[in-house]
Amino acid sequence: MSTHSTGVRDIFKANGSGPVEYRRVYVWEMPVRAYHWINAIALTLLCITGFLIGHPVKLGPAQEAYQQYWFGWVRVLHFAAAYVYVFNFAARLYWGFVGNKYAKWKNFFPMTRKQQREIVDVVKTDVLQVKMHGEISTGHNSLAAFIYFFTFLAFCFQTVTGFALYSSVSSSWLPQMFKWIVPLMGGEFAVRFWHHTFLWFFVTFVIVHIYLAFYHDYIEGRGTISSIVGGWKFDREERGR
Amino acid sequence: MGQTIWQSMQQKGYSRREFIQFCTTAAAAAGLSSSAAGQVVSAFEKKEKPPVVWMHFQECTGCSESFIRASHPIVADALLDVLSLNYSETLMAPSGFAAEKSLDDTIKNSKGKYILVVEGAVPTQENGVYCMVAGKTAKSNLERVAADAAAVIAWGACASFGGVQAAKPNPTGAQAISRLVNQPVMNVPGCPPIADVMMSVVTHILVLGRTPALDDQGRPKEFYGRRVHDTCYRRPNYDAGLFVESFDDENARKGYCLYKMGCKGPVTYNACAVTKWNEGTSYPIQSGHGCIGCSEAGFWDNGPFYQHLASFPGFGIESTADTVGTAVGVATLAGVAAHAIVTNIRKRSVIAEVHAEDHKES
Repeated sequence: MSTHSTGVRDIFKANGSGPVEYRRVYVWEMPVRAYHWINAIALTLLCITGFLIGHPVKLGPAQEAYQQYWFGWVRVLHFAAAYVYVFNFAARLYWGFVGNKYAKWKNFFPMTRKQQREIVDVVKTDVLQVKMHGEISTGHNSLAAFIYFFTFLAFCFQTVTGFALYSSVSSSWLPQMFKWIVPLMGGEFAVRFWHHTFLWFFVTFVIVHIYLAFYHDYIEGRGTISSIVGGWKFDREERGR
Repeated sequence: MGQTIWQSMQQKGYSRREFIQFCTTAAAAAGLSSSAAGQVVSAFEKKEKPPVVWMHFQECTGCSESFIRASHPIVADALLDVLSLNYSETLMAPSGFAAEKSLDDTIKNSKGKYILVVEGAVPTQENGVYCMVAGKTAKSNLERVAADAAAVIAWGACASFGGVQAAKPNPTGAQAISRLVNQPVMNVPGCPPIADVMMSVVTHILVLGRTPALDDQGRPKEFYGRRVHDTCYRRPNYDAGLFVESFDDENARKGYCLYKMGCKGPVTYNACAVTKWNEGTSYPIQSGHGCIGCSEAGFWDNGPFYQHLASFPGFGIESTADTVGTAVGVATLAGVAAHAIVTNIRKRSVIAEVHAEDHKES
């Protein structure tokens, strides 16, 4: 608690006298960044159009049906974005096997003791706010990666239920592959209900994800936000190396 | 031993011309081209009247009511004559032991030849005591009759999927017929099914001697292959985004899409918009009311009728997924905002701590 008494002047003094070195590390390769932004755009489109499909808004004065097609376009956009999102996700899964160590699939399963300890550390930093500058991995921190694993499951769920619903309006092989889901889940009522409900998982995820990205940018101080644009982060150089 | 269909019709006083008319309509109902009518005539001249056993379990007899209201009088009339309805709790003349004897005789004499049609679900809780006919449970009656049937047809939502009595928590353990018998069951769901669909299905079996092509839920593809939504005359309004906002507004008067009024047309597979009801007069959406999805499995648990998304389980009647989702989203935003405030309050000490540590290390 002694640090509470540190004044602004002391901070500058401390800052000026400590030569801490940082090393540039290329963390997010181009395919990972491309995946992130394509996914972000597709997901945003899917959430907005998905919500509109559930709750069509009233547009302008009533007209004849042949004069407009806006709800049709909302649905077309939803289906097109869904295809982009699915193949983009498939590409990311592939990159999980051939990408660098920060992109590897192993990151998303906290199997090692090191990862498990880091999860506790990140909870202390993010939620309890008691350990403000612990050692956090340069790539995904273990807790974030583990949560991404659940979002991947949610991606799969939305893909499967989405294509199952789409199979009634498309004879294409891809949606037809998921037609059997409908009777399994007890009819299209249920599929539609759960597909719609999971929209809110993504809304919640996006809120927390964006906030924590900013929070970690601040708390770690090594370019978390800019890393998803340029790919570089900064690692503190250990002394004596 | 049995009469042919032609013989039976002659006895009833039908002319040859009416017989040919019936054959042509039957061929059309079975999905055959007009050139195949000759085959149908020849088949009906030689084919014996197929015995039918019509069993009622947990149901309201609405399917029977629908069946006798088919719109092609000649088909309806002739079909009821053509079929040898050996057992039907509702329509048969005998009662008591005489009725049971009729059933036993059919099973014995027409082994493997009779058509079994079932109306209603079968209770399975407490050994099935919730539905008894002639001192025996519905389940044992069904198993006995189904064992030697040539074909089994499940009429309506109850026999096909369990029906309203299977609604949560399903106290009697009401089950679909297809779960209780060994042979394949043709499901003709709906509450009730469309009369003309029922007629066509029976005709198909009569004419071709086999059930029509079925989908993965055992429903005849020709009638349950498309959504009510896709054949609905109000569909252009859906794509244009023109919706009825309340039942008494201008849009309702103009006949816009009923999607926002909870219409289940987009998730319901049936032929309502094509065949319509009551001799092709109308169907629910045409009458200004949304589809309630009565031919879909589980429609009874996917209410309310006036919301197109079901209520969220465990959160009260009026809460949709969106109410719950919005609450979760707002709570998350509040949490994030609180976190940001706490972080900012502690900002000075955090900065100082980090700098102090850097200083120490260097």
